[in-house]
Order: sequence, then C-alpha cells, then structure tokens
Amino acid sequence: MTQLALVIDLNVCVGCHACVTSCKQWNTSGTAGSLVDINPYGAEPNGTFFNRVQTFEVGEFPNTQTVHFPKSCLHCEDPPCVPVCPTGASYKRAEDGIVLVDYDKCIGCKYCSWACPYGARELDEERKVMTKCTLCVDRVTDTALPASERKPACVLACPSNARLFGDIHDPESVVSRAIAERGGYQLMPEWGTSPSNHYLPRRKTEIRIHAEDLERVDNPLKIDGQLPEHAHRDPGREDFAT
Amino acid sequence: MQPAFSVIFLTTLIGAAQGLFLALYGTELIGLGGLGPADSKGFLVNGSAVALVLSALGLVASFFHLGHPERAWRSAAMWRTSWLSREVIALPLFMLGVFTYAGSHALGRGNTQLVGAATTLACIALFVCTAMIYASVRFLQEWASPLTLINYLLLGCASGLMLATLLAGLTGLSALVQPYALATTALTLLAWVTRGASLHRNARLKPKSTLQSAIGIKHPRIVQKAQGFMGGSFNTREFFHGHSPELLLTVKWGFLLLVFPLPLLCMALGVIAASKEMLFIAFAMQYLGLLAERWFFFAQANHPQNLYYQNIS
Repeated sequence: MTQLALVIDLNVCVGCHACVTSCKQWNTSGTAGSLVDINPYGAEPNGTFFNRVQTFEVGEFPNTQTVHFPKSCLHCEDPPCVPVCPTGASYKRAEDGIVLVDYDKCIGCKYCSWACPYGARELDEERKVMTKCTLCVDRVTDTALPASERKPACVLACPSNARLFGDIHDPESVVSRAIAERGGYQLMPEWGTSPSNHYLPRRKTEIRIHAEDLERVDNPLKIDGQLPEHAHRDPGREDFAT
Repeated sequence: MQPAFSVIFLTTLIGAAQGLFLALYGTELIGLGGLGPADSKGFLVNGSAVALVLSALGLVASFFHLGHPERAWRSAAMWRTSWLSREVIALPLFMLGVFTYAGSHALGRGNTQLVGAATTLACIALFVCTAMIYASVRFLQEWASPLTLINYLLLGCASGLMLATLLAGLTGLSALVQPYALATTALTLLAWVTRGASLHRNARLKPKSTLQSAIGIKHPRIVQKAQGFMGGSFNTREFFHGHSPELLLTVKWGFLLLVFPLPLLCMALGVIAASKEMLFIAFAMQYLGLLAERWFFFAQANHPQNLYYQNIS
C-alpha cells in the first residue's frame, strides 16, 4: 500500500520560508483554496497556512545550534483527526494515504483540530471549513504534468533540497532510504499516531585536511631539490585509497 | 483551549435538563411526597416542558459553534467512530423521549413508566456522549479521564435537582421541596468531591509531550525563537485562552463557591423560610457557577500543539 509523505532534512533547511510561500501560492490558487488572509496589511494580520517554518535554538551559548523546523500536516498512518469527525468530511485516502478534508461535507465544528496534537489543521475563517495540507494532491496526481513536477509545491520550491517526497512504504524509494540511512524520526512518538512525514536529524560536519591537501606533492621546486621535502608524518591520502 | 460559549451553554443547559428529567422520573417511580395523581400529573408535565425548553435552548446554542450550521444534519453520519456524532443522535432522542413522556402524562396514558425508562436510557447515553467528546481526546490530558464523565453526570444531576426544587417551590408542592432539597444537597456535595478530585489530578499532570518530543531533538535546553509568523493564526486563536493565571485562579475559586456551598446555603434558607425567591437565587447562582466551571474546564486544558507556538519572534 502506498503512503506518500515528506521527509524533511533539518541538516540542510536554512529557514528561507520558500516552502511556506510556494505552498500558500499553489494552494490559494488551486482546488484547496482560497486560503483567506484576514486584515493582511493591517496591524494584526491573520491568515490560513498549510505549512510553517519555525526556528528553535538548541543548547546554551556559545554552544548553540539554530534549527529551522518546517511543520505541516504529517499525514499520520493512524490519524487521530479522522475518526472524531462527525460527518466523515475528514478522511484518509486508501490509495496513497493522504489525509484530506471534503470541504462540501465539513460543518466547521473544529473537533478534528482538537484531536491533532501537532496543530496541523486550520479553520478557514472565511469559508468556515477546516483546511489542511493536501500534500498537493492536485499536483502529485496530475498526469498532465511532467513526472519530475508531480511533487508538492514546497518540495519543488526548496532551494537546499531539504524536502524529499515519496512513498515511505516502498523500501527502495528515496524517502525510505533517507529514513533508514540517516536516522529519520517521527514527531511526538508518545501518542502512537505514527506520522508518515519524517525528519532527518542534524549531522556533525567534519573535514579532515592532510598536509598534502595544502601543499603540492609534485611541486617542481621540491623535485629539483631546491626546497626541503615535507616530513609526511600522517598517513597520506593514498594510504586510504580503495 | 479557548473556551467556546456555544459549547458552554450547550453542556450546562442540557445537563440541567437531563438532571431535571431524571428527578421527575425518579419522583414518579418512588412516588415522593405522596401526591395525588392530579397534582403529580401537572408537576411532571410542566417539569418535562421545562426540561424540553432547556434542551432546545442547548441545541440552539450548539449551532453557534458550527461554521456551517445548515450542514448540521450531516453530523449524525459517523456514529460508529465519533462521540460528537453520537451526541448529535442522543440529544434529539432524549428530547423526543421527554416530549413523549410529557405527552403520555398529559394524555393520561398508562405507559409513562415505560416511556420514562426509555428516556432515562437516552438521557444516560447523552451524558456519556457529551462527556466522552472531551474525555476521548487523549491529547488533552486534563480531559482524558473518567472523572470528566463523572463530573458531567453529577453536575448535571445536581443542577437539575436544584431546578426541580425550585419548580416544586414555585408550584406550591411543599411536600416535594424537602426531599428534592436533600437530594440536591447530596448530589452537589458528591459533585464537589469529584470536581475537586479532577482539579487535584489536573494540578499534578505531567505533560506527555515536551519541546524535545515535539521537534525530536534530545537536548535539555531548547528555546523557540520564531513560530514562523508574526500575526495570528487558527493555532494561536483556538488553543490559547489569552487570560492571566490570576483570572483563571479567580474563576476556579469563583465556581468552587458558586456551584457548591453558596447555592446550597441559599437553598437551605429558601426551604426553611419557604421562600421561592431564595430557591430561584440558589438555582441561578449555581447555573452561573456552572458556566464558570465549564469555562474553566476549557481554559485549563493545555493542548500539545501549543508547544509549537511559544514565541512570535
């Protein structure tokens, strides 16, 4: 069974909010829209968004890390928001596991938003229905688009390629491999909701510089004996090759 | 959570209606006060009418909670999984039962006890559905407890019995006033204990979710620097009550006094002095207290999504 999901790489997210704006642009003009903004240019603007980038500081100065953290609906495998819906407007698609809201059935009782621990659902104040990330269902299933563009708007917009999209039930997919190889994890595992979206943790960046990386081994001056030979105490690059 | 007045009125109004109906049916079953059939008939019919009006007002209030009230009929669909859907079915069933019960008494049909029994089932089902809407949301740990169900049941019964005492006083059935007052006292004191128990429990709750589990980073010191937007959103409107801890404390002590000891005192004075006004004050005071109690019930619940909205920028 297919379960489409996003895998978000916190190691490379730079917090540029391109995914936020592209999500808003695509979804406000598409079948999920329009996403209302109340008082957008006033003193207290208020709006509907499917995706947000938040920023956290981890650690104590000077040993701190700034973590940019994009958050949208996690398309849980066992979504707690679906069974509580009294009308059946909230549902999980059997064919690809996307959690959606049928705007024509929603009565706007907000009960599903109470039943989501992640705050992924937002009531649209103008249309008075619950809205949420659709994983760009109108893009990813559109066969008129070239295959490379059948991805959510946020994935296509990300300049650092921090967002991966695919089927987490297919062990050979890009997302499954990323989760397996880089310790992909779920948010709030204590609730047993089994979110489909995963996050890839920060990695420690290390580089090892050898002396020969800084100095030409085949420096002709050395070969001519005009400069003393560098004392290679560390094993050279060739010692590790193959 | 942001308390919603539509739901506060719905739950308190139908709670009083349900308690009142149970008091009326109990009166019929036990034969309290040794009333003649003529007296008890008028009282039971009028009392049921009051219960019906209160439930109808509650139903009207509930529509104000909906973004699309014209689609409310759809909400009976998912009764297999949703307690809200079950409540949507149980409330009209209860109202139909009370209407039939009043009608059977008014028309002098002999089947009142049977109708009353069926309505009692609907009444209990409604109590369970209403409370389970809150108790079944496991993310709101303040609500996810059997105490929620017990409190909705006992507070509804206390409020309904207080109303029954007032109605008995108003219709001059002095033989009923004292037994009702005793039952009201017992239920109110019992509800005081169980509501106190839930306050005690909630004061010692340890949140299951932390900032660490929310973003999946295991470091003891994590501070949110930006929530991603500087204006508001549904997340900041719906899940934060936006009031000071002092106000919450005031409301808490306010309802602890207004629901429990003060109305009992007024009722006792009303019974002793045979004063209808005091009985009315007692019921009104307790209902006001119940509004505060329900407001606090919502405001106190702390949703785990709030972890993501700690800091604007």
